[in-house]
Amino acid sequence: MPVFFEKHPIWSLLIAIVVAVVLWLIFAPWPPGLVEVLGRKRVFLNATFGGITLGALYFLVASGFTLIFGLMRNVNLAHGSLYLLGGYIGFEVSEATGSWLIAFPVVFVIVAVLGMLLQHQVFRRMEGEELRQTMVTIGLSVVLADLMLWWWGGQSYTIYSPDWLSGPVTLPIVSTVRESGDIIYLRYPAVRIAILVAAIALGVGMWLLLNRTRLGMLIRAGVDDREMLAASGVRIQYVFLAVFAFGAGLAGIAGIVGGTFQSLSPGEDTRFLLASLVVVIVGGMGSIPGAAIGALVIGLSEQLGLVYAPTYSVVFTFLIMAGVLAFRPQGLLGRTR
Amino acid sequence: MKKALLATAMAAAIALPSMAMAQDNTIKIGILVALEGAFAEGGADGVRNVELALSQANNMAGGKKIETIVAPTDTTPDTTVRQARKLIEQDGVDIIIGPLSGSEGIAMRDYAKTIPNNTVINGISGALETTWVDPADNFFRFNLDGAQWGAGLGSYVVDEKGWKRVATVAADYSFGYTNFLGFAVDFCRSGGEIVERFWVPLGSSDFGGVIAAMPEDIDAIYLGVGGTDAINFLNQYEQAGAETNLIGGTIMADQTVLTSRGRAKEALVGTPTSGALAEDNPDPAWQNYVKAYQDAFPEDERFPSPSLFGVGYYVATLAAIQALNAVDGDLSDGQNAFREALATTPLETPLGTVELNENRQASGTVYINEVVEGPGGTLVNKMVGKAENVNQTLGMSADEFRAMGLPSRDTPDCAALAQGG
Repeated sequence: MPVFFEKHPIWSLLIAIVVAVVLWLIFAPWPPGLVEVLGRKRVFLNATFGGITLGALYFLVASGFTLIFGLMRNVNLAHGSLYLLGGYIGFEVSEATGSWLIAFPVVFVIVAVLGMLLQHQVFRRMEGEELRQTMVTIGLSVVLADLMLWWWGGQSYTIYSPDWLSGPVTLPIVSTVRESGDIIYLRYPAVRIAILVAAIALGVGMWLLLNRTRLGMLIRAGVDDREMLAASGVRIQYVFLAVFAFGAGLAGIAGIVGGTFQSLSPGEDTRFLLASLVVVIVGGMGSIPGAAIGALVIGLSEQLGLVYAPTYSVVFTFLIMAGVLAFRPQGLLGRTR
Repeated sequence: MKKALLATAMAAAIALPSMAMAQDNTIKIGILVALEGAFAEGGADGVRNVELALSQANNMAGGKKIETIVAPTDTTPDTTVRQARKLIEQDGVDIIIGPLSGSEGIAMRDYAKTIPNNTVINGISGALETTWVDPADNFFRFNLDGAQWGAGLGSYVVDEKGWKRVATVAADYSFGYTNFLGFAVDFCRSGGEIVERFWVPLGSSDFGGVIAAMPEDIDAIYLGVGGTDAINFLNQYEQAGAETNLIGGTIMADQTVLTSRGRAKEALVGTPTSGALAEDNPDPAWQNYVKAYQDAFPEDERFPSPSLFGVGYYVATLAAIQALNAVDGDLSDGQNAFREALATTPLETPLGTVELNENRQASGTVYINEVVEGPGGTLVNKMVGKAENVNQTLGMSADEFRAMGLPSRDTPDCAALAQGG
């Protein structure tokens, strides 16, 4: 960090100013002039928090996607199907057991095993053949989508969040100050806060795993130079299996999260595949922090766009992607090889 | 073997057109219906209902045998016109029944002008413009349009529920505007006030920001979204605390939403909506029709009761049969007598009596439903009222209605309506 500061003093100053402005916007009561321009503070805060939560969901889906790509150079276009499958299984498990929390480990394991099967039976046979992999994964996603349509039908599913997470909670952030002097605090859906906290914890966990453990060291070495890692005696196929299973499991968990605060229906698989592709392109292929930043940017642009410029909200995402591709084709945190 | 097959096929191909021409005692009806895409299930119900109406008339009308040809579309206007052209030019049909969705209807209005010797009877498409802006002489619509479906709901919520201040969230496309217009005209003239309007793109999945932006001192939120968007909204609305009442547009509380799995839909209990039909309508005409529908098809090949799309095609077929009977099947002279009969004779339908206006657009009954809990935790629509004789201009004069402007984000102007009414 100090190195960055010394290297880019102007950038550092700009970033510091932006962070300060954002913090002020969030915590300070707004003067009337600002309310006129941006609308009530509650709207802005909710859109911002909504964007961050949406970003958290995108991060869950995209981090597995980017990890798999980074290590195996394998564009898994069936990733969206894993998301949707996880959501459906999560619905069944939480209905059967009555527990939302139990659904998470169960789904993680089931979808991770499916991911291992995919890696072991399908992708290992076509290592390094991008075109074949693309075709095969598109085919798999079509087959999986039809199987899910057959089994779960065309209707929408929502997963019920547990009672202790239903309804809104009051946050210690000032929303408005009434003329009478009463302070109104921001109310925000509890389940979204839980999702946000879980996503941050998971992100930190992944960073620790990648940077502080032996497995993480192997994965990072694999991302940089697979052949050399294999040559130094590491059984790289096992590393591949573990990473694929982990990435698939994350997509499955994201399915539960998505089913809890959005809904599950046929077509969501491609929507989330597209979202994670955009996130990964913006953030940089193969980079976990890149996925986090990309997810945050896309989530915020969708939510703020929906509230402040509903007509164009659909375009913003792709404008950002086009901008990144034009000026930094490797992605915000991607590396050129 | 292959050659023999080919020869037979060729012989059949040569023989078929001459056979069709030889049969003067049949009338050919083309059914233009969406059988692919989002409305495929509803489209299939439309075909079933045409069959039902024809079989009730023993496949005869005006002393002639009725033959039908199904032309499937995918709800896009260009496919629709292509299929309609095929019906007219290749199959030689006399009458087209269809299409199903709004933009298809507008395309068919324009196509109808190029086939002045044939007649088009709308299936269930509901765009206002189809029979309002530059209508075609040979296009008839026996169902109400999207704006009419919204009528009656506004006065109901003001008078019965006492909800006078609403914010609206509706889908940012043609049907969203049109259906909202029907609600708003009625609501504003009854003394209601629209505090704020939100337009959301089709396919929005996260409404958190919009829900937060709801003004604080409102009596209800009007929701003009449908399908998955509606479910997402309800889910997030409940998670945000579900603080006020809801009013639903025509597609808000349909079967897609009511049969969804999970608890999001429970926020809908007590929500009034308006539309073309009420499932529990006690009118004997409706009850008999539902029974005939249920008896005609095995349970796994139909809906529990006829869908909106099915009813539309059923009524359109009834209209064709009645008019053909009136003219004894005489379609000569560019079908003039037949059109005259269509335009002037009131039609008895399961939804009540329908009459056409000078634009060949139906006036009829709109039903107000409320979502209630049914047996076994399911949600059902319960009829709570109806608005009769809703016409194309929603009770205004044609000039007033035209002056208001076509449905858009800012039309209608609520304050102006409140003063005028």
